[in-house]
Amino acid sequence: MFWGSMSNCIINILIDGVFMSELEEKTENGSVGAVEEGASGEQKAGGDSGVGYGVLFFIGAFVVCFLSGWLLFPNLLYSKKEQPFNFNHALHVEEMGGCDSCHFFREDGSFSGMPKTASCLECHEELLGETEDEAIFVAEYVEKEKEVPWLIYSEQPDCVFFSHAAHVVKAGMDCRSCHGDIGESTTTKTYEENRITGYSRDIWGKSIWGIKKNSWDRMKMDDCAECHQEETGSKGACFQCHK
Amino acid sequence: MKQDKHGKNHKFGMVVDLDKCTGCGSCMVACMSENNVPFKEDESNKKDSLTWMRVYKITNGKSFPETEICYMPRPCMHCGGKGDHGHSPCVSVCPAVATDYDHSSGIVSQIYTRCFGCRYCMGACPYHARYFNWWDPKWPEGMESYLSPDVSPRMRGVVEKCSFCFHRYQEARDLAYVEERDDIEEQEYQTACTQACPAGAITFGDLNNPDHAVSQLVEPDAHNCGKPKNPKAFRLLERLQTNPKVYYVSEREWVRKAGDNYLDGEWEKVKNNHGKDHG
Repeated sequence: MFWGSMSNCIINILIDGVFMSELEEKTENGSVGAVEEGASGEQKAGGDSGVGYGVLFFIGAFVVCFLSGWLLFPNLLYSKKEQPFNFNHALHVEEMGGCDSCHFFREDGSFSGMPKTASCLECHEELLGETEDEAIFVAEYVEKEKEVPWLIYSEQPDCVFFSHAAHVVKAGMDCRSCHGDIGESTTTKTYEENRITGYSRDIWGKSIWGIKKNSWDRMKMDDCAECHQEETGSKGACFQCHK
Repeated sequence: MKQDKHGKNHKFGMVVDLDKCTGCGSCMVACMSENNVPFKEDESNKKDSLTWMRVYKITNGKSFPETEICYMPRPCMHCGGKGDHGHSPCVSVCPAVATDYDHSSGIVSQIYTRCFGCRYCMGACPYHARYFNWWDPKWPEGMESYLSPDVSPRMRGVVEKCSFCFHRYQEARDLAYVEERDDIEEQEYQTACTQACPAGAITFGDLNNPDHAVSQLVEPDAHNCGKPKNPKAFRLLERLQTNPKVYYVSEREWVRKAGDNYLDGEWEKVKNNHGKDHG
């Protein structure tokens, strides 16, 4: 019933709109504002006061739908998760050197990714500093010999084969090209997980509009293909990046 | 599709010595565990089971004491199509580009997330090398943690097939990159079935590389779409011009004859000039 009356209403608005614009064309004064035009149309049509409200309703509904689509929906789509504890990249880069001191290549050519707790022990066997995060790390993970369940911002879907060796060693790319300035961050940002796909928001990109300013803003297949096209002259074969 | 022209093109292929194959099925088992191929409660139901590598049993049809049996392992043939242009039967019909021919390796890829399960490729494949997932895979409890992380498991509604263990090629290349080598060694990229075969019946390597065992075994004729110059070697359904990259070798004539369908008297004409006949 509700939808029936709604659609009737919309049809009425549309009919009124067409009627109105015919009237508008007849009026010679084309420079007046839309609301005034609507009002003059109303008068000429014999005082149909519903038209003005109809236009208002249409604009109002459009704004509501538009805003909920672009502002509310992204918030509903992504659930927010916090990392087990805060990690200061900037501090570690300063102490340890480049990215590869923790994120290194294994001997077999594969990429180690997230460091294991064991590799932190050299410095963090006991409390180092007085931050709350350090206390959590030592108490919960170092002493219990557990791995930290980090949420990986750049984790790709299971069907993707990404070769760090090909990009970093062979092509000599900078980590920053894809991962951005994470090395300069002092805190870990909130991890946003797509409720439907389960993927990190960093894959789609922060901008729901799909606007990309930096090469690390998005990590979709199109972004890989775009760079491959520029650098190698081909988007590459499917099996190059899939498994 | 335009391909990456960097580096020399490989053409990975396989040679199966049918006289060595004992039909033990090790290759099938190795393939399934390597590639996370789901198994079914009733594996004998061939409409439901998935076997990227399947061992067929063929006989010469004669009665005792002349009866002979041959076991024939059948992976995906990774057809290059006529003229080796990549128009393999399955690639030609796929409406989603879910399966594609990689000119740099000669491997026919299958991207599961791209496949929407129309099964045209299964109809087009003359070797029955493709399988459809009628159901989601069901692993026994706890087995999920034993799956290979290098191969993406498939979901219900998509087609899958042998990939020549492509992930092993990806890994071998990664190692080469890190060691700053331009190319991989023959032994660095071997399929799971090759390594599992206790009889050493399967050989794998680059058909374009004359140093590799595969090209020495069958001597593929580069000017004749890779047809074997070795008279003891043959490919399945050679005359369809699918140009497979899996070769079989046998000393037994009836086995070589079983590789294709011949009319009466036809075999006699072609059996001795394998390398030259019908382009």
